[in-house]
Amino acid sequence: MATTDMAGPGFRPAPDRRPFILRNPSVMYFLAALAVFTLGVTLLSEATGVGFLSTSFVKTLGKTLCLCLVAVAMDVVWGYCGILSLGHMAFFGIGGYAIGMWLMYARTEIIVAESLAASVIPPTPDEVRDAIGSQIFGVVGASEFPWVWGFASSLPLQLLMVVAVPGLLALVFGWLAFRTRVAGVYLSILTQAMTLALALYLFQNDSGLRGNNGLSGLQNIPGYGETSQDVISIAFFWASALALALGYVLFAWVVSGKMGSVVRGIRDNEARVRFLGYHVESYKLFIFTLTAVVAGIAGALYYPQAGIINPAELAPIASIYLAVWVAVGGRGRLYGAVIGAAFVSLLSSWFTGGGAPAINLGFYRIQWTDWWLILLGLSFVGVTLFAPKGIGGLFDLIAERRTPDRTGDYGPNDGAWRKEEGREE
Amino acid sequence: MRRILLTIVLAVLCMAGAQRAAAQDFQTLLQDNADEVADPGRSTVGALLETLIASGDPAVSTFLERWQDRQVVRNAEDGLFYYAGRKTGDTVQLLDIETAEPAAEAPAGAVSEIRPNGGVRREIAGALVRFQLSDPNIASRRAALDAIARSPDADQIEPLAASIEGEPDDTIRVRKEQLVAMLTVRFGDDTAERVAAIESLSGSLSLDARATLNQTLTLRAGVAADLPDANIARVLEPGEDLTPDAAYAQLVEADLAPPRISPTAIRDALAANLSGGEVGGVLVERLSDPAARLVAYDSLAARGFVPPRVTEDEVAAALDSHVFYEVYDEPDAAVTTAAQAMLTRIETAVAVNQTIDLSLDALSLASIYFLAAIGLAITFGVMGVINMAHGEFIMMGAYTGYVVQLFIPDYTLSLVVALPLAFAVTFGAGVAMERLVIRWLYHRPLESLLATFGISIALQQLAKNIFGTQARPLTSPGWLDGALVINEVVSIAYIRIAIFVLALVFLGLILLVLNRTRLGLEVRAVTQNAGMAASMGINPDRINMLTFGLGSGIAGIAGVAIGLYAKVTSEMGQDYIVQSFMTVVVGGVGNVWGTLAGAALIGVLQKGIEWMNPSNTLAAQTYMILFIILFIQFRPKGIVALKGRAAEA
Amino acid sequence: MSTLLEVSGVSVSFDGFRAINNLSIQIAEPELRAVIGPNGAGKTTFMDIITGKTRPDEGRVLWGEKSVSLLSLSESQIARQGIGRKFQKPTVFEAQSVRENLRMSLKNPRGPFDVLLARGKPDDETRIDEIAAEIGLTEALGRRAGELSHGQKQWLEVGMLLAQDPRLLLVDEPAAGMTPAEREHTTDLLKRAAQTRAVVVVEHDMEFVRRLNCKVTVLHEGSVLAEGSLDHVTKNKDVIDVYLGR
Repeated sequence: MATTDMAGPGFRPAPDRRPFILRNPSVMYFLAALAVFTLGVTLLSEATGVGFLSTSFVKTLGKTLCLCLVAVAMDVVWGYCGILSLGHMAFFGIGGYAIGMWLMYARTEIIVAESLAASVIPPTPDEVRDAIGSQIFGVVGASEFPWVWGFASSLPLQLLMVVAVPGLLALVFGWLAFRTRVAGVYLSILTQAMTLALALYLFQNDSGLRGNNGLSGLQNIPGYGETSQDVISIAFFWASALALALGYVLFAWVVSGKMGSVVRGIRDNEARVRFLGYHVESYKLFIFTLTAVVAGIAGALYYPQAGIINPAELAPIASIYLAVWVAVGGRGRLYGAVIGAAFVSLLSSWFTGGGAPAINLGFYRIQWTDWWLILLGLSFVGVTLFAPKGIGGLFDLIAERRTPDRTGDYGPNDGAWRKEEGREE
Repeated sequence: MRRILLTIVLAVLCMAGAQRAAAQDFQTLLQDNADEVADPGRSTVGALLETLIASGDPAVSTFLERWQDRQVVRNAEDGLFYYAGRKTGDTVQLLDIETAEPAAEAPAGAVSEIRPNGGVRREIAGALVRFQLSDPNIASRRAALDAIARSPDADQIEPLAASIEGEPDDTIRVRKEQLVAMLTVRFGDDTAERVAAIESLSGSLSLDARATLNQTLTLRAGVAADLPDANIARVLEPGEDLTPDAAYAQLVEADLAPPRISPTAIRDALAANLSGGEVGGVLVERLSDPAARLVAYDSLAARGFVPPRVTEDEVAAALDSHVFYEVYDEPDAAVTTAAQAMLTRIETAVAVNQTIDLSLDALSLASIYFLAAIGLAITFGVMGVINMAHGEFIMMGAYTGYVVQLFIPDYTLSLVVALPLAFAVTFGAGVAMERLVIRWLYHRPLESLLATFGISIALQQLAKNIFGTQARPLTSPGWLDGALVINEVVSIAYIRIAIFVLALVFLGLILLVLNRTRLGLEVRAVTQNAGMAASMGINPDRINMLTFGLGSGIAGIAGVAIGLYAKVTSEMGQDYIVQSFMTVVVGGVGNVWGTLAGAALIGVLQKGIEWMNPSNTLAAQTYMILFIILFIQFRPKGIVALKGRAAEA
Repeated sequence: MSTLLEVSGVSVSFDGFRAINNLSIQIAEPELRAVIGPNGAGKTTFMDIITGKTRPDEGRVLWGEKSVSLLSLSESQIARQGIGRKFQKPTVFEAQSVRENLRMSLKNPRGPFDVLLARGKPDDETRIDEIAAEIGLTEALGRRAGELSHGQKQWLEVGMLLAQDPRLLLVDEPAAGMTPAEREHTTDLLKRAAQTRAVVVVEHDMEFVRRLNCKVTVLHEGSVLAEGSLDHVTKNKDVIDVYLGR
């Protein structure tokens, strides 16, 4: 049942010729569950008039689906390939910034066009651009368009940026890091440094991305000013669900078969894979870049639902939380990442949003807004210590009951043991 | 601020004087000249001032101060002079003219305020300065010099020069001489005297000297058909030294050329001349095209409705027919040449000294990073475990210091208690963490990274819950206040020197422990080959525990040190953790010297980048991290890399 | 019989300790060669140098007809040149099935996109079955490699080497921890492999070397002490000194 067995167990005289999805029942189950969930939420939303789920909750669910997608990507890069990247939320944020630039530009353009239409003389393109510039950058005391906004007026180009910028950044950074065989905790620290550098850069006013104000008003989709947020939220919810489905299938395909073997081999014993003649760095780079691109797409879907993005969203801590979700859900299995991200992020918003009732101990009142982080931190220690397979490990217990001969503890945990390298003698 | 200080000092002085019983009562002295005091005239006040100063009464300077500030009042009831005190309702409190202590009260109507006019006040100020320049109190002499430096005046040269003779304090005498020189540079009578004064500024690094020279070298931009006969600094070539636009703007400013018509002005002109859906023969709809707007405007101009646009050819011609230059305000070329040369010399000297100052800053930053990172380096080197909660141990140490100060108010004593206590607390926390969490995760370093991160956020939030979100002070003892001032540019705070010394002490201690003790031998053995060490009878469990405790304990000490000059907050650990990681990564793992080298590199780098881009600490950090990522490309194992088989493990 | 690998004048030192000292060895194709020597003679380091894991301080390592220098190639490039290595401690991918282990090792294009887009070829599966039969793991193809016994893991690793179809096989102590029957099987396998390619066996066990019945190179303190048939080298006085102590 575990995805680690996706390549198909058992002695078979000939290769399995069935379509990829049929060979992987867990992917089918997941897609079916996602479809039921999506339809269910749609029917209960305000868009259909039932209104059992509020629009803001639908947005929360849509955002959660995006987080699940980036968690799946994180699982592939960490759970399967053994690279504990603390930079994937940065790629997520870059995707958000890329789409946010277009959303903000296009919306401001509409507003500016309306206000300039009242003037006696029709505005020149330069005047329109200047007006948009002073609208957007007035808050950081500038009005000139920085070069990074060069494509902001074009949706297709900016969509390309959603994919291209995280991809290129991951490619360059990954090439530099993997080339020198930086691995293990070293690599984690280095990715964290990259994330921090990016966040600090964006915090500056002269980065051209409005400093710590970030981009805002992203929930207003240009051209759909008349459409109610009830409908927009469902549209984005569907888009997020579709992206998650496609991303899940893509990654399930990537980590199945021989590619999956090689990638898991790199996680478990990088040197051995190298002596088999595989160029390990290319594989790492491929996985790192691919997951970064998917993270960027997830971010581009997330932030229009969140409405605002600022540099704090890219801080290293966000990427560490991402790792926490994957670890809680269970590494090395894609559905584990989905479960972990959904479970922890929803629970987190319940606790921090004041949803959880305070506990009165008589001498002290536990306010969860104050104590949730402590609970999260400690439970994370608990999960790593006592349940290294995460929530997804529960599925193993079910599977184990069916096939009692399944033994051995060869999960991804050992894969993290990088010290093995170079000690074969 | 200066005034308050001065007043306090003088007030204290006055009281002392009153106790010594002045030869002649000051009030009496004032009463003798009551008319002049109550209504001073510009030409007559001089004599009074001479009399007052000649009396040598200690109350004089306060009196002059307050007289000038219009705080002296006369009570009509007794005819005596007082200082005005607080006014409550209709009653005004009167302060004694000698002691400035409350002496009497009077109805507001009976009290007349003495209001010396501007000319008189200048006279008083001059007298005051002269008086203060020879004041026996060193602080008031300093204050007087500051006042002169702030608002220099030709009249000050003479009293200043006169006061040099009797000056007992060497530094103040030097300062006075400099000040005379600076005043002479600006207000001197003839060229030779001024050039000589400029020469005498050689060797000075003070801002005042540079300001004086810069003032002498003040430039004014000018434009004319021909180069005027003045002290020209340089001739500017449009297109090279200044943009043609800027040059033309200068011409317009000087009324030598008609202004250009801006796009906004064109639009406004078009809007004003709009009639019947078209303007200047162009349909309104077409006016979103800039070219169409020009056509419309030109046709309006042709009909004389608007001033014509200035063409590029006209601009070029105007620029060609004029000469642009910068001229010194100072007409004397010999003076400006000498000042320029001296300024260059001084600035070179200042640059050298700034480099030294920057190096000292970098050194102190490096010692902080060293203290923050060495614990991390030890635990990482010995156990291969990155402790993400290391920053929180720093915070814990700082809060320990804060709590100790709550109980022990004496700052020196509390520091003496806090340092070992912080070590003990964080040592305990480190050992507990190692026993409870880390040791189960030795074979899974990535997970220990995340588990310690869990502890980190829990500790941070816990500190927030206990101590609140606002910053807590950790006050350093008085003897650590202030700075060691080497000259006007180079200075270093004592607290930073103390941290540097602390870092040195810990460097020594750690080297001693690692190289000269049994524990150190075992730690090194485990670092190099844990398996072999275990088979030699070393208990790696014990070593790991002690090492982790040691690393954490040093973090606690670092916390106290950092807390002394930065605020203690629950997030302070986060500010240092990334730099600490960088230090370890850059320096190389498992090596004290590597950490030292890493800390030095990071400290120097950060200060260096901040210096190049002083306005922007964020940018400095960004560039530093980028540099480190590139650095790893060339030395993946850090500056001091272990070699051989051990390194491959 | 032509020279496949030429190692000449190679030296390497760790922290001042000379692990390999001016070592020169030539391997022909096909050939079966045993390398013996006491602990610390540099046997494993010798293999590390050929496979690119350790860079020598000086010397040349030339490969094949075109005399390509292996020193400028990375580990994976060297492996793709046709050099396979079996480690002393069996290193197989324990989390994966025997079939997956073998499939990964098969001689196929190694680029990420080749691997990603490669659909399972029937030939490959046939080849896997053949190799499994040869190493006696047919029954175990679907099992996780981690569940295998120590001996079976050794076999699997040999099988992975065969799947790579290398021209030069470097085998580090293949018989360690094997039962006598398994050893015999191993000997046969190595001998058979050596009919078409070069095989270098590093071994402690003289009995096993004797059974291989091939040319023997004795290493001592990082250089060649003697070379020839086993009988020849065991009569060599230096070798006796080294092995029996002075």
